[in-house]
Amino acid sequence: MMYAGIDIGSNTAKAAVIKDGQLLGTQVIPTGYNPVTAGIKVFDLLLEKTAQVKTEIAAIVATGYGRASVEFADKAMTEIICHATGAYFMNPTIRGIIDVGGQDSKAILLDTSGRVENFAMNDKCAAGTGRFLEVMANTLEVTLDQLGNFSRRADTPSKISSICTVFAESEVISMIANQQRRENIIAGLHESAAARVAILANKINIREPVMMTGGVAKNSGMVTALENRLGFELLVGELAQENGAIGAAVLASNLSNK
Amino acid sequence: MPDTPLETKKITAAKKMRELMTHYYIDALSASQNNKQVAWITSGGPVEPLLAMDIIPVYPENHGAMIGAAKMGENLCEKAENMGYSSDLCAYARADIACSVFKGGPLGGLPKPDMLICCNNICGTVLKWYEVQARFYNVPLFILDTPVCHTGYTAEIARYVQAQVDEYIAFLETLTKRKFNRDKMARIGKLSIDAQRLWQKVLNTTAHKPSPMSAFDAFFFLALIVTLRGTQIAVDFYTDLLAEMEERIKNNISSIPNERYRLLWDNLPIWYQLKWMSGKFSEHHACLVADTYTSAWCGTLDYIDEHHYLDSMAQAYTRIYLNIGVDQMADQVIDMVRWYAADGLVMHSNRSCKPYSFGQMDIMRIVREKTNIPVLMIEADMVDPGNFSQSQVETRIDAFMEIVKHRGHGYDVCRH
Repeated sequence: MMYAGIDIGSNTAKAAVIKDGQLLGTQVIPTGYNPVTAGIKVFDLLLEKTAQVKTEIAAIVATGYGRASVEFADKAMTEIICHATGAYFMNPTIRGIIDVGGQDSKAILLDTSGRVENFAMNDKCAAGTGRFLEVMANTLEVTLDQLGNFSRRADTPSKISSICTVFAESEVISMIANQQRRENIIAGLHESAAARVAILANKINIREPVMMTGGVAKNSGMVTALENRLGFELLVGELAQENGAIGAAVLASNLSNK
Repeated sequence: MPDTPLETKKITAAKKMRELMTHYYIDALSASQNNKQVAWITSGGPVEPLLAMDIIPVYPENHGAMIGAAKMGENLCEKAENMGYSSDLCAYARADIACSVFKGGPLGGLPKPDMLICCNNICGTVLKWYEVQARFYNVPLFILDTPVCHTGYTAEIARYVQAQVDEYIAFLETLTKRKFNRDKMARIGKLSIDAQRLWQKVLNTTAHKPSPMSAFDAFFFLALIVTLRGTQIAVDFYTDLLAEMEERIKNNISSIPNERYRLLWDNLPIWYQLKWMSGKFSEHHACLVADTYTSAWCGTLDYIDEHHYLDSMAQAYTRIYLNIGVDQMADQVIDMVRWYAADGLVMHSNRSCKPYSFGQMDIMRIVREKTNIPVLMIEADMVDPGNFSQSQVETRIDAFMEIVKHRGHGYDVCRH
């Protein structure tokens, strides 16, 4: 039996399909303006990629901010349970998850059976989310993918004191005007965002081993800054960004097994 | 889950309640034509002496809740900010100040006060807020200062507050040019106690599974215990409401269809989102069965001496929920979790209400440690929708309910 998960985030739409408890494939596309179209498109591309047909999929779970827009899904579930399930599926020893996505960052605590014991999410403010880094990347004229490499080349990370994204951007603009190195500014931004995320992890007394998931996990600069801040290593899988969709697919299989 | 939903139906007392509130506001708005004086008073202030002096009490906070529920908060808060008030200031204060100047809100402004009575047992903001209003209306202001009872009610606090109660009576005698009538005070004190006891009994009915009403109903029915305690009207109304609740229990009528999870709410409601919120929880078969807010108007009955109302009032008004230590607040929350058999606690970190929101992280931790139920924190504001994000709150509620369901605390009404 095959099951699919679709995760419509604020920035990217992800899909995953599993067959007999094995991951068959995943797909990531930009969400764009229309989450309904994004859901259909990412699912179609995934089917094409894995050479499967829609009718073979027994159940679909949708998650993410656009979860209600996926009309063909059997059930909508939150990112929290999907990330927990996805991480546990990939590695059952995982007890903590740090998920940093486009508009949300969260820390999740799992019990030994992979269930959510507790979670903490950022407040309404964008500090410590992917959006914060995206705004800054634009200002600094680098792509999101380049952020990690830039920060690795920093010698003395700049100190960003504003928590507010808008104020931090003004701070960055004045740093650019003062000709501070772009590498140092980026490293400083990662430290600032990591500080916000670490608060969430500490709030729930996160337990190791901790997996980092979400699109921001692809940014090595952010991962390093978080590890330094937390004082332990984070496990980052190849499919960190697709983790929510994978969890949704696993939950879809539980759905029809019941 | 049962296939056929149990019967739910509207609470009939709601209609009566609207009528009573309309009459109350008409009386207050026409007070000057009837040669009656109006006092504005804080929600936790000692109102009974005002009634004993035939003064009509008016509550800017109750008005603030009406503004919030009418979704008029955003506009009024913005007006206050244009006058120079900070957006960090309590939204009740902002809305009330703007209403005074612009005659806005659902009533076109409150009746002009002849005096202001400010008791700081609920917060410190009221001091400056009432000072602003005293200057604006150019009327006398009486401040009753109730020290926070971190660990208990000390002899020093007792003497200090009692002395102020005496000053309060003298203040009223001066302004009304009438002698304070102690017999009338005793009668009003008795009516106030009766109403508070009835309100407590109404709230207690939600311990029944399924709950005959929800906290959302309590937020509505609260208005009378706030504005009309000390009157026969409140006693009669809550007698009827209690009878209706008991009738609902007898006939197994629930607040929401298929109640499976029972939750406790902390802090003021998000007035402009009541409908969405109750729908959201109901979707999950979760009923907010009780809250720490509405029970604040009957939480200190133990300190009141029926035969010496005026003397015991000082203690009762000083030891309300918002004026005690965090450990004691947590104990009260835990008692409620147990009494109402709550499966989870939903806390509203209310941008407007600092004293209510301060200490919530500790209460959250203590409740988790002692009861092991899941606790959710929602960041919002009671009146200003600028501090509320629906999609973020929705994700938190959905995720929280997933945890509650996984914990398996929920029950099936068919089995009970």
